[in-house]
Amino acid sequence: MDLYRAHVLVCCGTGCTSSQSGKIIENLEKELTAQGLSREVKVVKTGCFGLCAEGPIMVVYPEGVMYYRVSPDDVTEIVSEHFLKGRPVARLMTVQTAVPLDQARNVEESDFFKKQLRVALRNCGSINPESIEEYIAHDGYLALGKVLTEKMAPLDVINEVKKSGLRGRGGGGFPTGLKWEFAARQQNEQKYVCCNADEGDPGAFMDRSILEGDPHSVIEAMAIAGYAIGANQGYIYVRAEYPIAVQRLKLAIGQAKAYGLLGERVFGSEFSFDIEIRLGAGAFVCGEETALMRSIEGKRGNPTPRPPFPAVKGLFDKPTILNNVETFANIPVIFQKGADWFASLGTDKSKGTKVFALGGKVSNVGLVEIPMGTTVREIVFDIGGGIPNNKAFKAVQTGGPSGGCIPAKLLDTPIDYDNLIAVGSMMGSGGMIVMDEDTCMVDIAKFFLEFTVDESCGKCAPCRIGTRRMLEVLEKITGGTGTMEDLEALERLAVGIKEGSLCALGQTAPNPVLSTLKHFREEYVEHVTEKRCRCGVCKGLTQYFILTDLCKMCGLCAKRCPVGCISGVLGKEPFVIDTAKCIKCGACMQACKFKAVVKR
Amino acid sequence: MGSTKTKTHDEQVTLLEQVIAKYQGQGRKALMQVLQEAQAIYGYLPLDVQRTVADGLGVSVAEVYGVITFYSFFSLNPKGAFEVSVCLGTACYVKGSQAILEKIEEELHIKAGECTPDGKFSINACRCIGACGLAPVIMVNEDVYGRLTPDQIPAILAKYKEA
Ligand SMILES: Cc1cc2nc3c(=O)[nH]c(=O)nc-3n(C[C@H](O)[C@H](O)[C@H](O)COP(=O)(O)O)c2cc1C
Ligand code: FES
Repeated sequence: MDLYRAHVLVCCGTGCTSSQSGKIIENLEKELTAQGLSREVKVVKTGCFGLCAEGPIMVVYPEGVMYYRVSPDDVTEIVSEHFLKGRPVARLMTVQTAVPLDQARNVEESDFFKKQLRVALRNCGSINPESIEEYIAHDGYLALGKVLTEKMAPLDVINEVKKSGLRGRGGGGFPTGLKWEFAARQQNEQKYVCCNADEGDPGAFMDRSILEGDPHSVIEAMAIAGYAIGANQGYIYVRAEYPIAVQRLKLAIGQAKAYGLLGERVFGSEFSFDIEIRLGAGAFVCGEETALMRSIEGKRGNPTPRPPFPAVKGLFDKPTILNNVETFANIPVIFQKGADWFASLGTDKSKGTKVFALGGKVSNVGLVEIPMGTTVREIVFDIGGGIPNNKAFKAVQTGGPSGGCIPAKLLDTPIDYDNLIAVGSMMGSGGMIVMDEDTCMVDIAKFFLEFTVDESCGKCAPCRIGTRRMLEVLEKITGGTGTMEDLEALERLAVGIKEGSLCALGQTAPNPVLSTLKHFREEYVEHVTEKRCRCGVCKGLTQYFILTDLCKMCGLCAKRCPVGCISGVLGKEPFVIDTAKCIKCGACMQACKFKAVVKR
Repeated sequence: MGSTKTKTHDEQVTLLEQVIAKYQGQGRKALMQVLQEAQAIYGYLPLDVQRTVADGLGVSVAEVYGVITFYSFFSLNPKGAFEVSVCLGTACYVKGSQAILEKIEEELHIKAGECTPDGKFSINACRCIGACGLAPVIMVNEDVYGRLTPDQIPAILAKYKEA
């Protein structure tokens, strides 16, 4: 084996690949060869480091220097300066977001990483996900080996998971060990282990990053689960929109089989386990467990009533367990470091860590993993670097279309399953979207309702019809014809939908409306009584005006107006907008160089 | 997904037959995979393809149609030579992707879900393509454009209009 003096890690996750990390690697390899350094400096493709907004990202070890927003053209300079002359390129080491990340020169020192604890993401960004050898070198397959070669009884495996306190990371937070125990108790020749990699919450990419950055951890965990419940077949249901993840999973499954870590007689034991991949096809409801199993069976993804629970009668009517990607990614560590270690992290009822995809109006957009019990404030302001452009914080949305908005006064809520439900939101799978003063909360509620109306499978009436009625009411309010009775109607409908729907999609669909009604009622009232949207988002309520004292009478706005509703006299009289004719396209506002056009 | 332009009709038929042969024994269990591969061949799933798949796997055309219309990934209509996918996921939405979509609709004179008369462009409003760090994001076929503002749209589209 060659001994390299330096390793360059380049992120090849979806975000960074979109900004040309593939080309960067190509250039790096060319340049290193040209400079005769190819045996001294090793280029490693890795998964996500977490700091997606600053991508493409490159880290150089042993120094731990991190480069941000590297372009393929920067490579020559990095190689000649850093690798040849040992002078890191300072220009690429600072972050460009409004609030500087940190001036720290070292990865682990920066604020972004200091408050994080990487358990599920332990290997993401530090190993090459396309190499099983690197996974093994980082204690990979140790847990599976221990379970099989030390001949742990399946029940002991389950007890270890129960003792760790691990709860499902896919949204519901059901205790994982308990789920496995139910399935293990069933007497059946054929059982299945499924992995939920459908990741339906729009704006969340935790599971994708794990699959892209550390696919073997999920494969290893599924095999452990298979041994524990007595299954020898696994399925990974993954979104077709995640081509890189699918390709890495396929590669990883092939490698694991070649090494005898998957397939017939794993580790030479009596236990055999195989995994197949199934692609989702863009239906949010297929993230729901019964719908997902119908989809694997090749049917429409309609949920089915529970009971019978999947542990009794699941995929192809056989006992089945389904766990989320991140849940699985935690399993190998529990066996490596012990259930007690895992249980020492987090809060009383929520053990371990949680990965969040931090996005929206926050400086450091990316992937973060924190111990349970960290406060929302710490995530948004310490790790996330706060709100860009000196805007004020308004809310954080968690739980996606099933969750709710957490307002500023609850920023100090420690994050765990129960606390988030108590404040009217939920953990969800880990999407965390930050909103600032410019985000209209009524519009956001409408956004999520449009989503559920679109994604409702249509099987049960409360969800199919009820969500549509709620959306109509919201459209009325944002369009300027809402009444105070409409607010009550929303609350009434919400109760009916929550109680009457067949699956959790409908049961949770009213949450975004209820939580915004609770915490931001004044915005709803303003829309109704004053016909005003304070953020200027709801088109039906906004009007454009020209401020007379700022108008330089240049007439540029009138020239751009597609409907000719702006009049004035060039150089003599300030221009005015005829609000009755205005179609609110905003062209005048973009045209004006003097900021004289305003909307309110 | 492979390019649809380079294949003749006969080639497409042969490819589809191969796909069906591969999954034949599995019946309806394999329906999703067969449809996914069929769409990769044709670019969409017209009625005669649905019939072939239904016959091949021994399920009814109604069932095939039911599955296709349930999943948004499957399309009954041809897409443009350049498919412009605009992400309307939450992360992109709060960063103004609605305005991006409106600008694209205005530039191409079509709405989301439609195709231009010359078959060159179609617009697809999609949800989270997983590049939230670059929000707001659009994709033109495989090319990703991030950190966008509406005024960048005309220049991006122009590149493809000339192609
Ligand atoms: C409408 C709906 C969508 C869901 N989407 C997902 C998803 O995308 N990913 C996921 O892991 N779980 C999702 N779930 C939760 C799953 O039904 C299931 O509880 C979970 O995958 C179980 O795994 P866990 O115990 O490891 O969390 C969804 C549930 C509902 C009702
Ligand atoms: S929300 Fe647009 S890429 Fe994720």
